[in-house]
Amino acid sequence: MIYAQLFWSFLQIGLFSFGGGMAAMPLIQNQVVDLHGWLTLTEFTDLITISEMTPGPIAINAATFVGTQIAGFGGSLVSTLGSIVPSCIIVLSLAWLYSKYEEMVIIKGILAGLRPTVVALILSAGFSILVLAFWGPSGFTWNIASVDFIAVALFIGWLFLLLKFKLNPIFVILGSGVIGGVCYLLF
Amino acid sequence: MEKSPIRHFDLFKSTFFLSAFTFGGGYVIVPMMKKKFVDEVNWLEEEEMLNIAAIAQSSPGAMAVNASILVGWRLMGLSGALVAIIGTILPPFIILSVVSWFYASFRDNALVSAVLKGMMAGVCAVIFDVVITMGGRIVQAKKLLPILIMLGAFVAHYILRINIIYIIVFSGTLGTLITLHDKRTERENI
Repeated sequence: MIYAQLFWSFLQIGLFSFGGGMAAMPLIQNQVVDLHGWLTLTEFTDLITISEMTPGPIAINAATFVGTQIAGFGGSLVSTLGSIVPSCIIVLSLAWLYSKYEEMVIIKGILAGLRPTVVALILSAGFSILVLAFWGPSGFTWNIASVDFIAVALFIGWLFLLLKFKLNPIFVILGSGVIGGVCYLLF
Repeated sequence: MEKSPIRHFDLFKSTFFLSAFTFGGGYVIVPMMKKKFVDEVNWLEEEEMLNIAAIAQSSPGAMAVNASILVGWRLMGLSGALVAIIGTILPPFIILSVVSWFYASFRDNALVSAVLKGMMAGVCAVIFDVVITMGGRIVQAKKLLPILIMLGAFVAHYILRINIIYIIVFSGTLGTLITLHDKRTERENI
């Protein structure tokens, strides 16, 4: 039963994540954190952190990680399989269509509509992680004393450096881990 | 041009190493594949690789997986596609299996948890950098509809908590209708 659930969830992630890179992140959060509660938001954030530092697509990383945590090796296999099944079918059908009609107006239209949506969905997922980083698992409050100022300082500093110098994300995450780690252990 | 026969193991090796050394995923894999399959081993023409990239980007799912399915299929049909998929997903599968094995036992360690907490702020910065760069491009294009779609999708998901799949299906349909309308009226609304 759990295998079927994992397979079905990751199939939906594979089917609806357009645009590569982080596009799958909000869908993974939706299935794994919001709908099924397989991971807490903190565990999900750790997963994104690990995915950004290791090779491979975020959906495959998530399928392996969640599958293993929930149902061991078999779980990781069915989840990974689920996430690639839509790709196999759609990519090969599109390749066939592409060889017949070079200009695929409908596909272009779908992608044009999805591009701004994907940005908005990544932003939405980013906000929930930001709230977790700044306020912790209990969530947003107006009480200024509940704000984690180390996290705020790290976020602003790294974002500025990323925008200004186009740093490598792996370097940013490792650097943030070292500086943050030292600060949290000291204070 | 006479091409030497490609063995399944060669294809497996290439896709495995490409996947093992591509960090961050997504858009990075396509130029690396071109370098490997077009420039180094000469298995594909540049034109073919461009088509593969275009289809891989238009399909849902991980771009690296999409592109390797197409490369494998083009070179050796169904068995090639299977070999290429296995080569591509094996490195992240192995690495994340090892990570999840250690995760459960190390997550509560004081040092590990402090470092992961520090990394959380860094990951947020990376996510917001992606959003600002991608969103900035949409705003700079100065077309009203994409900007409205972006705002609408954010409100629908973050505030109204509407199911993410409905939002994706709706905006894909909307994009198609606007594109078809644009084509008929020779405008560029999207």
